[in-house]
Amino acid sequence: MIKALAQVTITVTCLAIPAALLAADTPTPKTIAIVGGKLLTVSHGAIENGVLILADGKIAAVGAAAEVKIPKGAQIVDAKGLTVYPGLIDPESNFGLTEISADAMSNDLEERSDEIMPHMHVADAFHSETELIPVARLNGITNAVVAPASDDSIAGQDIFIQLYGSRQQMMLAADVALAMNYGAEQRRSNGFRGGHATYPSTRMGLITELRQTFLDTQDYIAKRDAAAKKSDAAFKRDLKFEALIPYLKGERPVVIGVYESYDVETIMKLAQEFHLKIILNHVTQTQEILDEIAAYKVPVIIGSIYDAPRANERYDSVYTLPAELAKRGVKIAISSADGGGPASSHSARNLPYAAGFAVGYGLPYDDALKAITLNVAEMFGFGDKLGSLDVGKMANVVLANGDPLDVRTDVKQVYIQGVAVPMVSRQTQLRDEYSK
Amino acid sequence: MGLRRSLRTPPSRLLPFVLIAASATIVPILAHAQQSPPTDIVFRGATVMTASHGTLSPGAVWVHAGKIAGVGATVSAPDSATVVDATGLWLTPGIIDPHSHSALDGDVNEATSPVTPSMHMIDAFDNRSADLYRALAGGVTTELLLHGSANMIGGQAVVIKNKFGLDRDAMLFPNAPGSIKFASGENPKRVYGSRDQLPSTRMGNFEVMRMAFEDAKHYIADWDAYDAKVKKGDKDAVAPKRDLKLEALADVLRGKLYVQIHCYRADEFLTEEAIAKEYGYKIRAFHHALEMYKVGPQIAADGTAIATFTDWWGFKDEAWDAIPWNAVMSMRQGVRVALKSDSDDHIRRLNVEAGKMIHYGGATEDEAVRMVTLNPAWIIGVDDRTGSIDVGKDADLVLWNHDPLSTYAHAMKVYIDGDLFFDASLPGWGTTHFTGVMHEGGGFGSDDEEDGQ
Repeated sequence: MIKALAQVTITVTCLAIPAALLAADTPTPKTIAIVGGKLLTVSHGAIENGVLILADGKIAAVGAAAEVKIPKGAQIVDAKGLTVYPGLIDPESNFGLTEISADAMSNDLEERSDEIMPHMHVADAFHSETELIPVARLNGITNAVVAPASDDSIAGQDIFIQLYGSRQQMMLAADVALAMNYGAEQRRSNGFRGGHATYPSTRMGLITELRQTFLDTQDYIAKRDAAAKKSDAAFKRDLKFEALIPYLKGERPVVIGVYESYDVETIMKLAQEFHLKIILNHVTQTQEILDEIAAYKVPVIIGSIYDAPRANERYDSVYTLPAELAKRGVKIAISSADGGGPASSHSARNLPYAAGFAVGYGLPYDDALKAITLNVAEMFGFGDKLGSLDVGKMANVVLANGDPLDVRTDVKQVYIQGVAVPMVSRQTQLRDEYSK
Repeated sequence: MGLRRSLRTPPSRLLPFVLIAASATIVPILAHAQQSPPTDIVFRGATVMTASHGTLSPGAVWVHAGKIAGVGATVSAPDSATVVDATGLWLTPGIIDPHSHSALDGDVNEATSPVTPSMHMIDAFDNRSADLYRALAGGVTTELLLHGSANMIGGQAVVIKNKFGLDRDAMLFPNAPGSIKFASGENPKRVYGSRDQLPSTRMGNFEVMRMAFEDAKHYIADWDAYDAKVKKGDKDAVAPKRDLKLEALADVLRGKLYVQIHCYRADEFLTEEAIAKEYGYKIRAFHHALEMYKVGPQIAADGTAIATFTDWWGFKDEAWDAIPWNAVMSMRQGVRVALKSDSDDHIRRLNVEAGKMIHYGGATEDEAVRMVTLNPAWIIGVDDRTGSIDVGKDADLVLWNHDPLSTYAHAMKVYIDGDLFFDASLPGWGTTHFTGVMHEGGGFGSDDEEDGQ
């Protein structure tokens, strides 16, 4: 995990974005003491009448009022009656890749010209000033994985962001995971892009193409290593294969988006054959193979929890999936994808409610909160930096007037790396303008 | 997704709910039971959210012969009544969705002409659709099934009671007023503009309507002239040819149909109201209406309601100024506000959508409940018969395991006309009347998805 992070950091540095083009860096945070609230630490239970100290953008202390000394000069924030919890993390979003769903020119969701596109970097397209981010942030979402859309077998590489700051500050890490997909959606069958069927137009084609790609990459690695030994300057780099190397070496996670039981079984065989470091994603139609999924011993992102059950299934067969998988010991995350809304991060602000819905259908509350905080951080290499109220972690903290998973709750303040984020979005501005 | 039609019966999830009979008259509630419901039912101990006159905690509700016969701290039901011990549970009126395209197998838009008022959604209604079942499990007892938004003047709606498992006719809401769907803005523009046909602009959109109403006025005049001749005893009078399209438009001008308009932008609400006044009809409700907060007082003066999303935005240009405070702000400006699904997904959890109104704008619980019960009932024109827990109304009731405005609630029992149609504690589907094979609904159930391009 640490090794992966180090590589990731290098990638970010290499992006070399001219700082002048971006929003000003956020101010250095002062010391803040959040006092009197109910702390949901995620890692070590709830603390009534707690104190949380934020200093230098990190959590400096956390505990009961009697245990934590408030540093001199700290800004005191009265959190009496409020719930205090770590910022929520969306495990799959398209922040900065879309603005208005119906406007093609405002979308950079996916390169659909080929099925195998590992060399597409979300980092290259990420539009940090998107209006979607402040909207989601107001409901307590402080971090997210940004992934390309899912029409390609390999769609590109994800970034891990925070939802505030300059573009550089926001992109905590580029190329954190490979976005892979398998199932009916990726087939280039009749009608794909309005055209005739092209290879691969069946699941057979999809799998064969993926297997050949991985074999070609192994071959490329061997040739590249041999050329390096001979200091062969004539060796031509192939960006597509280069992009796949860390994933074939198992150094970074591959997020596999797949819905149906039999598709899960097929793609897992291939992924295991090449020893990929797997995170399963979606799996909303896998009710009959839950034990099998648990036996894979891989983390699972479940979503959308609002996906429709299959014909003739009970109404709650998808709603209960998080509970059923957690019960089997699977490390789960829950994604924001809202089956009812526009299938994009316009609905990301509903992430906590998806987790709450899972609680309504049997998921223990603590597991639900973890599924949108610490578990996501751990899946993507940020377990030591985010996802819980622990000393040394980034001070991404939310203050709300009640249960964070309940729709009725209002978020009062969000801190990201210790900075009190302005609780403003284009939508609050419109609200205020027309409330005069 | 989900094209496999496997039949699978998941294990029963036994919920902590008990049906207690006061006497030996206990009615065994079995899956697929077809017997008639008990004449008298009493719910005791529940938190009763009436939608019309606040919350009784705890309250009692007496149902007699399918109607609500009593509601209060106590009720005077006969001893023979079946008693439902609802202690610790919540009772609300059935959820009402005033904007659904469920159970139409994707036949949402006759997108072959921008004026198709003689289409009737009843002709596409599939009463075995799984979408109805899933909505029922979400507490939905009444739906307005609307034509889509491809056409400026679409087709005529059908109002159903979600008596899933009964035959088609038995699912129709008896004597419900007729509604017709209009639309404006981007969808008609896109559908016909992409074919290089009229309308491809908002100018074209509205002129298409005016031209249609001019035709209708002419048609009415022809019939009026004929009727006058007949009245005078003219035996040679020749009746004009009946034209289904013009007849439907004439019904709009005669005020016989409630006009339900898909419309997003503030300027378009005003234009639609102006055209309605010009031709002498009333607009019952704007649907979507995401910019109503900008012009609420003006629209409130016309008595037009809205059926809106809670928090969808940004899916197209005309949804760019959508804000989640729209519903409550418009309500405070005097507009009657309902929430609706326009989605086979959201229809399953409109209660939670109502809960969001407490967060976005500080609606009271009463106001929030009304937005998914009594107010949509008014939009459909059935608020005298359903939508609240009041004596004399249909016993369309939902028992919830938690506060229905919270994220955590799900419907445990759903009654329509005093008959139990869904019981989550039953194994399998939890349906009490449905047998056989459900049909998978076509598409996503939104008119923005299915505008037949």
